[in-house]
Amino acid sequence: MRRLFAIILVCALIVSVGVGCKKAAVTPTDQVVNLGSIFGMTGASSSFGIAEDKGTAMAVEEFNAAGGATIGGVKTTINYINEDDTGLPEVGASAVHKLIDQDKVIGIIGAQTSMVSLAIAPVLQAAGIPMISPSSTNEKVTLVGDYIFRSCFLDAFQGRVMANYVWNTLKLKTAAVLYDNANDYNMGIAQIFKTSFESLGGKVVAYEAYTNEATTVDYKPQLTNIKAANPEFLYLPNYYNGVALQLKQARQMGLNAPAGGGDAWDSPDLVTIGGAAVEGAIFTNNFSKDDPSPLVQSFITSYTTKFGEAPAGVSSLAYDATGLLLDAFKTCGSIKGSDIRDAMKNTTFSGIGGAYKFDENRNPVKSAVIIKIVNGQQTYVTTVNP
Amino acid sequence: MGQFLQQLINGIQIGSIYALIALGYTIVYGIVRLINFAHADIFMIGAYMGFFLAPVMAKVFGGAFIPTIIAAMFITGLLGFVMEKLAYRPLRYKSRLSALITALGVSLFLENFCALDFHLFGVHLVFGPQFRKFPDLIVTRQIAIPGNLGLSIPNVVLLDVGVSIFLMVLLFWFVNKTLIGKQMRAVSFDKPTASLMGINIDIVISTAFIVGAALAGAGGILYGTTYGMLAAPYLGIWPGMKAFIAAVLGGIGNIPGAVLGAYIMGISEAFATSVDSNLGFGIAFAILIVILLVRPSGLLGKFMPEKV
Amino acid sequence: MTFLRAHRTIATVIAFALVYVVIKVLNLVGIFNAYYIQLIMLAGINIVMTVSLGMVNGFTGQFSIGHAGFMAVGAYTSVMITTVWLHASVANPWVGYPVFIAAILAGGLLAAAAGYIVGAPSLRLKGDYLAIVTLSASELIRTVIRVSSFLGGPRGLGGIPKFTNLEVVFVFAIVSVVLMRNYLFSSHGRSMKAVRDSEIAAEATGINTTRQKVFVFVFSAFFAGISGGVFAHLLQFIHPDNFSFMKSLEYLIYLYVGGSASISGAMVGAAVFTVLPELLRSLQSWRMVIYPLILILVMIFRTEGIMGLKEFSFILIPQRQRKEVSA
Repeated sequence: MRRLFAIILVCALIVSVGVGCKKAAVTPTDQVVNLGSIFGMTGASSSFGIAEDKGTAMAVEEFNAAGGATIGGVKTTINYINEDDTGLPEVGASAVHKLIDQDKVIGIIGAQTSMVSLAIAPVLQAAGIPMISPSSTNEKVTLVGDYIFRSCFLDAFQGRVMANYVWNTLKLKTAAVLYDNANDYNMGIAQIFKTSFESLGGKVVAYEAYTNEATTVDYKPQLTNIKAANPEFLYLPNYYNGVALQLKQARQMGLNAPAGGGDAWDSPDLVTIGGAAVEGAIFTNNFSKDDPSPLVQSFITSYTTKFGEAPAGVSSLAYDATGLLLDAFKTCGSIKGSDIRDAMKNTTFSGIGGAYKFDENRNPVKSAVIIKIVNGQQTYVTTVNP
Repeated sequence: MGQFLQQLINGIQIGSIYALIALGYTIVYGIVRLINFAHADIFMIGAYMGFFLAPVMAKVFGGAFIPTIIAAMFITGLLGFVMEKLAYRPLRYKSRLSALITALGVSLFLENFCALDFHLFGVHLVFGPQFRKFPDLIVTRQIAIPGNLGLSIPNVVLLDVGVSIFLMVLLFWFVNKTLIGKQMRAVSFDKPTASLMGINIDIVISTAFIVGAALAGAGGILYGTTYGMLAAPYLGIWPGMKAFIAAVLGGIGNIPGAVLGAYIMGISEAFATSVDSNLGFGIAFAILIVILLVRPSGLLGKFMPEKV
Repeated sequence: MTFLRAHRTIATVIAFALVYVVIKVLNLVGIFNAYYIQLIMLAGINIVMTVSLGMVNGFTGQFSIGHAGFMAVGAYTSVMITTVWLHASVANPWVGYPVFIAAILAGGLLAAAAGYIVGAPSLRLKGDYLAIVTLSASELIRTVIRVSSFLGGPRGLGGIPKFTNLEVVFVFAIVSVVLMRNYLFSSHGRSMKAVRDSEIAAEATGINTTRQKVFVFVFSAFFAGISGGVFAHLLQFIHPDNFSFMKSLEYLIYLYVGGSASISGAMVGAAVFTVLPELLRSLQSWRMVIYPLILILVMIFRTEGIMGLKEFSFILIPQRQRKEVSA
């Protein structure tokens, strides 16, 4: 009897998955189509996933409010469906199948981490649905196929920009690097910085690593080594939460060299947690909050009003990624994946991060800005063009 | 030389926090032979209590540190009591494996429940996954060490070591000089006979959990004060793991052993990390494996043969 | 009907073949789209993982909590063979599939070797300690993968050809469960249960408990390794974080809630918990709050799990019919 019950239970579950999901989704009609996103809403790095979800949601809302698109003569708006990958590629893979097969989405914004992106990209490529990732920086992601795009820099670019800036503008000769060797974002930028800086003639006097930002709070052993090497510049291409602690601990032990990093520094919490220790530090970023352009300022104002907090860097990347895809959707006037993809390839979209243009591997060719923390505020320093 | 001393100081500081957590593991194990996986999460909750209570304490008492740590210890102690009563007591006479699994379940539950992020009637529950800045309970300052080695210690290090040692001495007095402490030692030695002697097992076990939890709570406050940031409700997992290994290293069930083990762990971690961070990460496990192969009862522990 | 009842094995084979046909038909008709097939495949992989864990934790009474580490060894080994060294591809199935199968087996063997390295020295320790050692072992395996750039390191390994499909999962799951079932119902299996119930008594009856425990551990690691290989070729991308402690914990939950003392328990636990998160997608953030709660409640109120000691009839080996002895 018990086994019969167990068998019935399992079958019922499998069937109800389909039934339950069908009720939630909106089958695309000419009026409303579905746009999907896959972010890590729970689990590790979920604070970034949640921020990207907010950026995407806002972009969809603005698109609909502006009248949506006209497809085959009918006004079409977007229904936004977000799925959680919990930070795991296999959950992301199930999620992407649900979005493609059950919800029939026209495109996917995601994923957030390169790990999940690399798992979902082959599925989307095979299904002919365009995907644009706001924050996956691993170069292999877009190489999966021509339906896969991204809206963020490749690691290589940021590392090079900072190396040039430190050598040519700041005129500093030696640098030390502290990075996370369990994360390919940090590791990638660190490596490029090192090679670029050394090819310019500089010397990387200390190249220290820690394992996994999420579980490390004590950087003192590595910082002690770095201090002994006496660098003129401290490069920390890590996430803002780790950087805040790294700089605090560095300053505490008397390591006062100027410091810099990458776009993962962009969050109001950097100053909240880091305090005086992050004062004067610089980082490369996609956009500057000082940028007087109405697009940037209205983004910041609307986001702050809607969500009660300032936008994080990844929110702007997700906002741009969504805007770009929806703009292509509107331009090509079709829900077919291949049409949207072609429109994206030739896009002239201008977002928070400036003008977007894709290279042959569907990576954006766009400028970076350098931001400095002055009096606890992000201040624009200069723009570096590709 | 200066660098060596600096790393040594780093290690001692890390070890102090591990010691407070390790003591909880060892006390509970000594009494009920259970690895309380959820202990690490009590540590985490202690840290978060600091985050929430410090502003209140500052307003009410003026100075924030001492009231906050006492309040956190009180709350975590209570949590330890509730945890034992609800989750572990029903399983006391069932297999140890079930209790272990339940402990795992409690740990996962606490972590993920605290990571929830939603609003109910305007109250923000629970801790959410956002990074929280731990409030400054003391003014941080560098204290220069006299001599020409160019060393300086942040005063948090002195605070960590000082508070830890103070609590350890308190615990030592409690276990060796009070009646309930004697009862705890009796139960840990031979539970059935102790109950035959008229000792109330329930009270003793509850006390063990409360004391262990309170120490972990204190550890959490020190952690917050030292590092200044609470990353997520998962922050207890790795310190907890290392503290547990420290307790095993010293001889699980042995209180001075836990302290010794914790400082050895902290110092070796500091030195190993300065060589290579993966080594620092793995050194804890390497030590554990060596100990278990060479001397499973730990440095100060006694080999307890299993009787049928 | 009597024929089927008497020849249970044939009946079981027919039953499973029918299930497969039904799924395929539903797929072709469009009721079961790729999303469902994906779920069924994941369930199959999880079933094998959970049953293999059950051999050690349930039948032998040990507490191994690092099972995902062996899955990782199998996954990475098989991927190195099919993708990095031999560049096998789905486009060429006559060459590709044999390579795939060989790679999976190689993964299983290497995982078994890892199981031996971990198990041999540590299985003589008491249960609590074994837990920490197995956990450390799986973390060490992950660290080794992470620092080895030829294994992809923190970038992971991608571009894996999708060899795993419904047929592969069906065959792999059925064969694995049958093999494990046969082992567990043999005299070895009885030795394992003896060790679980009272190690000292088992030693007294002449069972070499340490050797028995190590053997089961190695055997179970083999199946974890094979599952890892099948998993990798489904997901087409693997990364050390796929095989973290959290993953090991998931399999523990599947096993103990389903019932650790029976194969059917492991199967039910795995199937239910693979499907449940998809059902509760709206409750995603509560998932890891509810799961541990279920585990705690099951442990307190029904320690033996959903299935208890009962097995599905197709799991049991039919007793040989005894002919009536005429007087």
